[in-house]
Formats: sequence, structure tokens, C-alpha cells
Amino acid sequence: MITIEQVRKRAEADAKTYGYYLTPQPELLQAFLEGLKTNEDRYGYPLCPCRLTSGVFEFDRDIICPCDYRDPDVAEYGACYCRLYVNKQVFESQNLPEVPERRPMEKQARAYGTQPASKPASPRGEEKSRAPTQPLAQASKAQPAVKKKLWYCKQCGYVVFREDPPYICPICKAKRELFAEIESTVEFNG
Amino acid sequence: MQFSKVSGKKNDHKVTLFALSTCVWCKLTKEFLKENNVEFQYVDVDLCSDEDKEQIHEMIQSKGGSLSYPTIIVDDKNVITGFRKDQLKEALGV
Repeated sequence: MITIEQVRKRAEADAKTYGYYLTPQPELLQAFLEGLKTNEDRYGYPLCPCRLTSGVFEFDRDIICPCDYRDPDVAEYGACYCRLYVNKQVFESQNLPEVPERRPMEKQARAYGTQPASKPASPRGEEKSRAPTQPLAQASKAQPAVKKKLWYCKQCGYVVFREDPPYICPICKAKRELFAEIESTVEFNG
Repeated sequence: MQFSKVSGKKNDHKVTLFALSTCVWCKLTKEFLKENNVEFQYVDVDLCSDEDKEQIHEMIQSKGGSLSYPTIIVDDKNVITGFRKDQLKEALGV
């Protein structure tokens, strides 16, 4: 079982790597770390303490802390959605900004009723963009309906096998628009 | 679905809080309501069954709320998303 100190050290190291700071108020920071620890004990990975999780890894991987949305949120608002990670300006001013949810509604909705029995027959709006062969109603915890693809960064060549390309390339910081799908005649699983 | 009830002297509004047990801002919202002696009911959504989560999803969206936490619904109509002290004070008259 992970300790609070391990969670803290990991977050501090990550903040340092990216040039960020952890939230300036010690009581808040402690509460964030406890939330992360609880989720890691509960699910096996440090899910965002501020978001509802599905417990299905493939549905939740974009909100494993640091989440996919942290870097664009810190760039735009000076802090991540939780306000655990902040930039220098926010850290020094101690004035935490409001950060709206960037995670697409379609992904948020996956945390609700992933069991087929509890799904209503009529599809809701946020599910319409899903592939018709894999509606949410048929998704079960055993077989997540997430289609992963190979994406590469046109700027530096970084390759990633995920549902969506990253918002910002972790290697060269290129924006999402610079990612392209690698077309393949071979089927990948995993 | 089982709501936990917190009694308070200020009970002129029906206050329902949807929270997460791990969420810092949800904790602060609970503390704020208690400090101001506001009577409220809450549920920690992450600890609910799938069936209850589905119901909560419908409840929040039917009131025009988003799926962010905390979500506070005052008198079944006024939805406040996030720990917004000013909005809470105005809606609850505290």
C-alpha cells in the first residue's frame, strides 16, 4: 500500500520535471494527496480525486494523475482542474483560479452505469458520437469499448498507442493538432 | 439511494449536495455548509452502486447541471457547480 509521503514525493518530482508547483496551501495539498492515495488504494492507480471514476482502467486512463488535461489547463488557467498543480504565478499569488472541466462529456459519462443492466434503452446525446458498433449500453466492465490507435507527433516522431493523441506532446511540447494517426493494415490489441 | 442528512438551524432551503469522498472541494463545501449551520443532505457519488450513479446522472442533468463535483442543488432548481462561496451565500442567504 502506498504512503502519503510516496504520493507527495511523486507529485513533487513530477511538478519539478514540468516546471510546475504544487498547490500553495499546505492543508489543501494534504487533502489532495490523501484523495490520490485513497484512489490508488481503491483502484490500483492514482485517479484524479476531483472526478468520478468508472473503475475500468481503459475508461479512466485519461484521468490518472497527472491527467491528460493538466498541461493544457495549466497553460490556459495557471492550474489543473483540481488545482493540485499550479504555475509559478499562481503559486506566488496563492490565488487559485477557477478551472472549467476540459474532459469531454462523452468520457465523463462512462463513469455512470457501465453495467449493461442499469442502462436505459434510449441513447443520450453525449453517446451519439460513439461508434454504432460499440454503444455504451453494450460496454461492460469486463470489455471496455475503447478503440486505441497509433498516433505520431509530426514534429518529433513520438509515437503513442491510445484512444486519442495527447493535448501536448510530452517530448517536444507540440500541440495536439500536430499528431496524425498511423494508418496500419495490421490490427493492434492491448 | 441513501442521502446522509446533516441537520442545521438554517433549514429554509432544501439543499442537496452531490459529492465525491476523495474530493477536496467537496469536503470544503460540506464544511462551509456546516459552519453556516445550513441543513443539507449529501451523497458521496463515488461510493454509490452503479444503479445509483445512473440515477444521479439523470438527476443532475435533468436540473441542467454538469457532471462536475461538488454539485449543489438548492430547492430542486438552483444548480451550483463547484465550491463557489459567493454563489452559495447568495442562494442560501448566509
